[in-house]
Amino acid sequence: MAIPARRRIADVLAFGFALLATLFGLVWLTWILWITLRQGFAALTPSLFTQMTPPPGTSGGLLNAFYGSAVMILLGLMIGAPLGVAAGTYLAEHGRYSRLAGVVSFVNDILLSAPSIVIGLFVYELVVRTSGHFSGYAGAIALAMILLPIVVRTTEESLRLIPDQMREAGFALGLPRWRVTRQILYKAALSAILTGILLGVARITGETAPLLFTALNNQFWSANLNAPLANLPVVIFQYAMSPYDEWHTLAWAGAFVLTTFVLLLNISVRLLARRGRQK
Amino acid sequence: MAAPVEQRSGAVVDLAFRWVTAGAAWLVLLLLGGVALSMAWGGRLAFKTFGWHFVINREWDVVGAKFGALVPIYGTLVTSAIALIIAVPVSIGIALFLTEIAPRWSRAPIAIAIELLAAIPSIIYGMWGLFVFAPFMASHVEPWLADHLGSKAIIGPLFSGPPIGIGMLTAGIVLGIMVIPFIAAVAREVFIAVPAPLRESAVALGSTRWEILSRVTLPYTRSAVIGAIFLGLGRALGETMAVTFVLGNAHDLSASLLMPSNSIAAAIANEFAEADTDLYRSSLIALGLLLFVVTFIVLTIAKLMLLRMNRQFGRTH
Repeated sequence: MAIPARRRIADVLAFGFALLATLFGLVWLTWILWITLRQGFAALTPSLFTQMTPPPGTSGGLLNAFYGSAVMILLGLMIGAPLGVAAGTYLAEHGRYSRLAGVVSFVNDILLSAPSIVIGLFVYELVVRTSGHFSGYAGAIALAMILLPIVVRTTEESLRLIPDQMREAGFALGLPRWRVTRQILYKAALSAILTGILLGVARITGETAPLLFTALNNQFWSANLNAPLANLPVVIFQYAMSPYDEWHTLAWAGAFVLTTFVLLLNISVRLLARRGRQK
Repeated sequence: MAAPVEQRSGAVVDLAFRWVTAGAAWLVLLLLGGVALSMAWGGRLAFKTFGWHFVINREWDVVGAKFGALVPIYGTLVTSAIALIIAVPVSIGIALFLTEIAPRWSRAPIAIAIELLAAIPSIIYGMWGLFVFAPFMASHVEPWLADHLGSKAIIGPLFSGPPIGIGMLTAGIVLGIMVIPFIAAVAREVFIAVPAPLRESAVALGSTRWEILSRVTLPYTRSAVIGAIFLGLGRALGETMAVTFVLGNAHDLSASLLMPSNSIAAAIANEFAEADTDLYRSSLIALGLLLFVVTFIVLTIAKLMLLRMNRQFGRTH
């Protein structure tokens, strides 16, 4: 039985639209990546990794920004990841059916999508205003707050995927709950939790808004976390918004390094997670 | 006897472990509460000075110490609306493509590529927007819009003005691209989860694939799709860096989408580090409180709609 022409046309139109929509999405991805890679690659120089951020009109590099970003990301990771794993464990294990877990799980999802600039304002009020100055510590705390809900969510989800028989087997051996969690559940969920943490690291690497008025920026080399600290995203922001060509070039070089790092981390983590699941 | 001692110490550690994890869970709650309280506390001076006029006053005069939030609020709402107008149909199209049309081998790579749109740092969107997309809009798109739509009766004022590339339309489009992956990912997930018997019975009745989407899949997943749209809206409202680059940081109210404007997040990003008086800083924090409250409501709606979908799935399976 033939389908009437009108219905067939509607079908074809809808599918044509779906195809176009997908191409639309992919075109932007390609365009943005192409520009970033081309402009950034042209701006790459060895001095990028050996010199400090320059004043306008002179050449230089981004060494202090790379260093500051790396330190704040590591510190944010060291604060955010353990807290996130602990909270996620409570949601999936100890507090599984408690009222607190329900509320926290709900609130966590809101924190996950909350504007990162508001996190920056909060850390400003909490740390910068009370200590009286901008600092690398404040930046790291802001990054940890962005990382925390991501780790909570993935930890909770991956622990929930573990069948209860594994827990029961542990209890049957007479293990206390914390040993079941630590020695059985964490082991079973390890790759999923690590995936979440690494995707979180990729996310905080590119975060700019929460650093604008916590870590601020520093034109010079500084390893002092208790003072304003140079960092890649804020340097890119300031240099891109400036009227100087040398600064634009450096901003593109920084954008290249940032994008390459974030995308490579993202893709490799996803591929590894996929391979882990297939095994 | 060794065993009871071991058991007792095991119980102590168990209790400690429970407390530590519960403490971390409380911390998540405290953080959200802390954010809300600190915004309210930091913004109290602005609210005390200006009262409700803070929200409806369009003036943002740093020198005269008069601050009104109308322009940033308006810019935030308009750019987010443009973003949703673009992102919603495109995201549903992508979800449809990935669940019904694309060859099976290509689904995972395309899905990952779309998700990468969300992985690109927003500052990269901003740079690309400022150096590439805004000039493109200024030379190719906006002159055409001004010529063809600028003189029309009702929508004319929206598209009039000089084509400078920096403005609400450009910012809205960039925001739209940025929220596509969030809406598309949820839509795809729930489209896949529609029970096969529902789809099969539609096929058995002779439905075309478009009819399956419009009369079975979309009605069945409606609350989740609305949730996904609110999730995208929450993201668009709070997005900072990309908007800061292409919106122009202008404190003027103009009807035209081609004109520079401001958004709440962009105003804070641009001005907070330089705010030198207590009232100025407090006004910016008050803006942050408004943004936080609005996104909180939007994201709560999103979450509730998504939970409703889960319960629905729970019933039917």
